[in-house]
Amino acid sequence: MTAQTAGEPAAQDDVLLSARGVAVHYPGRGSVLRRPAPVRAVDGVDLDVRRGETYGLVGESGCGKSTLGRALLRLTEPTAGSIVLDGVDLRSLRPEPLRRARRQMQMVFQDPMASLDPRMDVEAAVAEPLRAHGLATGRGERGRRVRELLGLVGLPASAATRYPHEFSGGQRQRIGIARALAVEPSLVVADEPVSALDVSVQAQVLNLLEDLQTQLGLTYLLIAHDLAVVRHTSDRVGVMYLGGVVEEAASDDLYAQPLHPYTLSLMSAVPVPDPVVEDTRERILLTGDLPSPADPPSGCRFHTRCPFVQPTRCADERPVLRDLGMPGVGTPGRGPHRVACHWAEAVRDGQLRPNASAHDPAAAQPA
Amino acid sequence: MALLEVRDLSISFPGGSGRGSALSKAVDGVSFDVEAGQVAGLVGESGSGKSVTSLAVMGLLPHTARVSGSASFDGRDLLAVPERELEGVRGREVAMVFQDPMTSLNPVVTVGTQITEVLRRHTGASRRAARDEAGELLARVGIPAPVRRLREYPHQLSGGMRQRAMIAIALACSPKLLIADEPTTALDVTIQAQVLELMGDLVRERGTAMLLITHDLGVVAGLCDTVTVMYSGRVVERADRHELFARPRHRYTSGLLASVPRLDAPRGQRLQPIPGTPRDVIGWDAGCAFAPRCSAADDACRGTELPLVSDGARDRHLLRCAHPVPDQHDQHDQHDQHDQHDQQERSA
Amino acid sequence: MTQVSDALGPAAPTTPDPDAVGSGGLWHSAWRRLRRNPAAIAGAAIVALFLLVAVFAPLIAPGQPGVPLPNSGVTPSSVPGPSPGHPLGLDSPGTDLLTQLVYGARQSLLIGVVSTALGLAGGAVLGVLAGGLGGWVDVVVMRVVDILLSIPSLLLAVSVAAVLGQRPVSVMIAIAVAQVPIFARLLRGSMLAQRGSDYVLAVHSLGVRRRTVVMSHLLPNSLGPVIVQATLTLATAIIEVAALSYLGLGDSNPSTAEWGRMLVNAQSRLSTDPHLALWPGFCIAVTALGFTLFGEALREALDPKGRK
Repeated sequence: MTAQTAGEPAAQDDVLLSARGVAVHYPGRGSVLRRPAPVRAVDGVDLDVRRGETYGLVGESGCGKSTLGRALLRLTEPTAGSIVLDGVDLRSLRPEPLRRARRQMQMVFQDPMASLDPRMDVEAAVAEPLRAHGLATGRGERGRRVRELLGLVGLPASAATRYPHEFSGGQRQRIGIARALAVEPSLVVADEPVSALDVSVQAQVLNLLEDLQTQLGLTYLLIAHDLAVVRHTSDRVGVMYLGGVVEEAASDDLYAQPLHPYTLSLMSAVPVPDPVVEDTRERILLTGDLPSPADPPSGCRFHTRCPFVQPTRCADERPVLRDLGMPGVGTPGRGPHRVACHWAEAVRDGQLRPNASAHDPAAAQPA
Repeated sequence: MALLEVRDLSISFPGGSGRGSALSKAVDGVSFDVEAGQVAGLVGESGSGKSVTSLAVMGLLPHTARVSGSASFDGRDLLAVPERELEGVRGREVAMVFQDPMTSLNPVVTVGTQITEVLRRHTGASRRAARDEAGELLARVGIPAPVRRLREYPHQLSGGMRQRAMIAIALACSPKLLIADEPTTALDVTIQAQVLELMGDLVRERGTAMLLITHDLGVVAGLCDTVTVMYSGRVVERADRHELFARPRHRYTSGLLASVPRLDAPRGQRLQPIPGTPRDVIGWDAGCAFAPRCSAADDACRGTELPLVSDGARDRHLLRCAHPVPDQHDQHDQHDQHDQHDQQERSA
Repeated sequence: MTQVSDALGPAAPTTPDPDAVGSGGLWHSAWRRLRRNPAAIAGAAIVALFLLVAVFAPLIAPGQPGVPLPNSGVTPSSVPGPSPGHPLGLDSPGTDLLTQLVYGARQSLLIGVVSTALGLAGGAVLGVLAGGLGGWVDVVVMRVVDILLSIPSLLLAVSVAAVLGQRPVSVMIAIAVAQVPIFARLLRGSMLAQRGSDYVLAVHSLGVRRRTVVMSHLLPNSLGPVIVQATLTLATAIIEVAALSYLGLGDSNPSTAEWGRMLVNAQSRLSTDPHLALWPGFCIAVTALGFTLFGEALREALDPKGRK
């Protein structure tokens, strides 16, 4: 989904959303004897989303991607960090200016049924943001705008007088998109926009999002667990694990050469609907489960499950994102290929091999 | 003869709001085989009848359901045997793994007790022997520290661990057939990969037959030997794995394949969605239920009933379509080789 | 601040929009479905019947309420049975039983409806404050409600009645005060459950004002259980009127007929003349049933998922 050519160097610096050190810590559950450890759902994330691009945030459940998405819009209050949208420091805004700022940033939710008020017909639902922001005042003008929005997402004008439960999942998601677009936002955060839909319907919604981006010059932050969806739709991709971004690169670069061991295993685990590919590819299987974000492992968060784990550094030194973009390898103009792994070069050059058996699975268990 | 032979299975439920005796058909004349040592895939979206089919085979449908046809398992028709005999078959010879392990595990009983219970009921082993074997089973399905896990309750396990525990319970009596209904849908991809690997190993090593029910074509491509595609209660296409993915002939199958974003596809390629939703159907007796969503549909698809027939000379490829996707002859040789390769691999 | 406004376009008007969320369609279709529901019709018929009786009491009743008949024939051990002119006989003070029942409908329904409406209104205000605003408001309001709940409702009603004096209106207020915590707690719980749902987050993310979120989303979606509770409370209220009367804190005017007091008066003759208790008891039970049936049907009709 490219509204404007990502190759233009000028576009690179045109950052719409910039986040630095964003953290969301929830108070955890303690016991009488122990002080509760905070749950570090998001733990220090830097993120830049450029105007007109689609930035894909991918990770498995519990990695904090949805919490991050909500924190960036201040729907969940971040506990630290700065968030700047189009020059406006969102974290410093008081409630009323923040409410007005929401016009610039909208959200599309995973479950379109749950995110629409069942008691409101489509017209009222789509008109609600218009009313809240004082747009398209007057009944006639508002009705006209609602029908225009419904047409934009491919729904008939007759849908306006019906209720959410009368629609199929894909149609409901279209209603959710129309509602988000009503206020002409510049940033749309789409949190798993297709994962609740039937397989044959997902492509309709993905194509619609793509068309709307071209048509309206939208910027997307797409949050998904499905790496194939993210690769298909996103210009740049950030991979999250346990509250932090472990790798970030242009979508093509990331797929051509994943550098972080977690990205490698994630990619090898995604099923491809082609038996020829499935029979020949090498799987890097992870052992154990995701550790608890209330008690994250020391050093590299991934070291308890990493198939490439090394005796030094991994367990005691937290790796930071560093640029490993190589001239000639990455797509020119697509920006850096950043990875948070001490051994990324060795993994890339094949000096390290995945070794599942060297790893005691019991050690990978959350306490 | 196949281990499980389902023939002409039809299932109806009393109509929605209950007025009159209108029956709504969930499954309509479905037939398929599951061979020992093989994985048969049943693919479909919501409303295709795939899950209802598996519940019928296990005799787990509510009493209001009207079931006809036969499901011959090892020579016995599971749809005709009395409930008591079926209870002996369930768990001992046929086991089932569901999508949500939390709802199929008893929350107030330890994992160990749930496994030993099954073992002792079906094999009559002593408490101690059953306990030991339960530990071995958990280790077998890749649960670390199995002896400790035996004493834990389902909520203390993660989603992936629970699904493994379910599989361990399902395997407790070395069933001949394992029915897995969306076993990995609730799991993350890295965990899904672990569980699929485990299930594939079990089929290969123990010669268990498996019926895998899923909506995910990627999972099917990796695991299944034969694939049966269902739409709105009927089989629309069936073929061996390589054949189906290389030469999808039904417009629904090919449409599904073209609409799913692939990790290995170059970017910028536009997805080809299937218009409409799985709810937009016409009755099968009025033609092809997929016709309202099909780009190739014409009058030949409406009005007459379409049979499920072999696709030309390929008698293992069955198809219910008046206007199938044109065959691409140039690909034949390459994929025939794959077929052979695959068969050698399985027989080895 | 000005910078922000510039960047974000003209500030939204601060006055609430007059034509708030159109819910006409919802009520219209609820009404249509209500008319097709036999339980709703039965409930409405019962309530309407008693309402008619209450309104036209002077036309229906054979006599005057609270006026003992001369030579009534009431003895300490028996009351006169049915006779021409007194279809249900006389009650213990020597008044016509049917007259008492008919006028009793007036008093009981009035007190029941008014006190429940007051209790509902008070509870709704507290519930919306607690459930809609949350935070410290929630904590303060709920502690107050907890304290109210910890006092037995009858004791609370007795205290209020004692302070306000023996007038019908004080009985209503007394009963209403006892109901406030029940409604407040129920509404708050219901709103809290709604507050965590996706659509509330979605509406919030649109930039809709908190007041609008609470009033046009949280509140309408939380009213279902409250409506049902109100119909049940109506029945309880009628009985509590009786209890207050029994304690001498009810309406002090003995000529006012009221089912609760009839029930209390019948107590001493329960073994010899049970019909004296059965008739007012029957009236209370049927009224309560009517309100409950109607309330349950209303809740069902207001649930948009049931719509065709």
